[in-house]
Amino acid sequence: MSAETLKSARNALVLIAGLLIAWQALYWLVGDAALRPPLATFRYTATLVTSEMFWPHLSESMRAFAAALAIAVGAGLSLGFWLGFHRFSGQVFEPMLVAIYSIPKITLYPILLLTFGLGMPAKIAFGAIHGIIPIALFTINAVRNVKPILIKTGRVHGFGPAEMVRSILFPAALPEIFTGFRIGFSLTLIGTMLGEMFAAQRGLGYLLMTAIGLHNVDLIMAVTLLLIAFAALVSSILLAIDRRLHRRV
Amino acid sequence: MTRLGLYRALVVVAAVLLLEALCLAGVIDRITMQPPHRILRDLAVILWSGSQNAAIAKTLTNASIALGLALVIGVATAVVLHGYRALRETLDPLFATYYAVPVFAFYPLLIVLFGLGDTPQIGIGFMLGVVAVIVNTLNGLDRVPRVLRKAARIERLGTLETALRVDLPYAAPYVLTGAKFAVAYSLIGIIGAEFIMSRGGMGYEISFAYNNFDNAVMYPLIVLILTVSIAINTALSFWERVLLARRGL
Repeated sequence: MSAETLKSARNALVLIAGLLIAWQALYWLVGDAALRPPLATFRYTATLVTSEMFWPHLSESMRAFAAALAIAVGAGLSLGFWLGFHRFSGQVFEPMLVAIYSIPKITLYPILLLTFGLGMPAKIAFGAIHGIIPIALFTINAVRNVKPILIKTGRVHGFGPAEMVRSILFPAALPEIFTGFRIGFSLTLIGTMLGEMFAAQRGLGYLLMTAIGLHNVDLIMAVTLLLIAFAALVSSILLAIDRRLHRRV
Repeated sequence: MTRLGLYRALVVVAAVLLLEALCLAGVIDRITMQPPHRILRDLAVILWSGSQNAAIAKTLTNASIALGLALVIGVATAVVLHGYRALRETLDPLFATYYAVPVFAFYPLLIVLFGLGDTPQIGIGFMLGVVAVIVNTLNGLDRVPRVLRKAARIERLGTLETALRVDLPYAAPYVLTGAKFAVAYSLIGIIGAEFIMSRGGMGYEISFAYNNFDNAVMYPLIVLILTVSIAINTALSFWERVLLARRGL
């Protein structure tokens, strides 16, 4: 274990401890009406994850998220490779992608619901539209910044487009593409959760919305805690891989 | 117009015409979407009659307040954090994973704390936007050349003066990048919160119209929100480019 890993582990521990203390302090300030203290929340979360009703919701959310992420990665990478490699198309479309990236996509949700109907496809579509564009934008820049000599080498070998992407562009652009994937991952997760919160009959987002409607503070806190723990854990792992990939170059 | 601009305009016009044709041909039925010319006409009717003015004013006012708070508090926090290295390193993982967390999960807590007025919505918009401002401002502050700080010391400027007259002007383009994100996030926060639970605003009107299949209100409002956010974003990008061009970047 290097000094740096030790340091970042220490930082993470200090941060978690600080957040727990702030949480407990906020509880003392606000009281039982809106919050539960950390310990009670952990206990309730433990009973929740062992209960029968929880697993169908979790698996529904996970399936929606996995499908959305797969679409976002597939579409984002293809778009990114095309626009990054074909300079003129890239120049025409990139500003549009940036503009679409900046719009509040939440306003598009009613349109998706009308198009796909209530249920799984709308959720998946909503998650995917959050993730596609950051992945595409990072891939465009990554492909553009691949050293020309590498591409020339590929030409000398007589590579076709598929071979070029597989053996030259993808490996050379991997660190930047991974950064895009990391951001796309977070946004897809948020998109899927939002989709479930606004219209769904199953899933963690739905569970959270029902809890809000019933003012079930225990359940609100437990689901929020699970979502935050999952998001924080995965995105820290992705961040660590991301940093390692960037260091190698 | 440059050739590039011409192509971009062509792509946009072609996309709108395609939608129009699909709607008129009945491939996309009327309940799913109105043809674009109808949306524009409905928008004109809504703006002319003023029937949605209260909702539009409420949403845009709340979003501006959230944006203003995110900018002021975000920049101030970044300046302070920049001075305390240990604190910043501890908070870094929080910033890195922040956008993976569905902030809307905190909405019920804010409602219990502040009541069902405008405050919880502004709170969500602020919470979404502030971290983007902090991260981008820190990124800008990291790039202030040492010679400028030395110049400030020679001029015997205090900490506050150095921040206001040297650091922040230098970091301005990066703060603007953060501001662009914050514009989108404050709108997402306000409109999302209005979707979930509120008594007015554009998000409320959109979801009300959605529930009643009232496309004559829903689509124009969606188009209006998208137009506003793209317009603000384009203006800020332009300003950002002017600032960078002045530095020869």
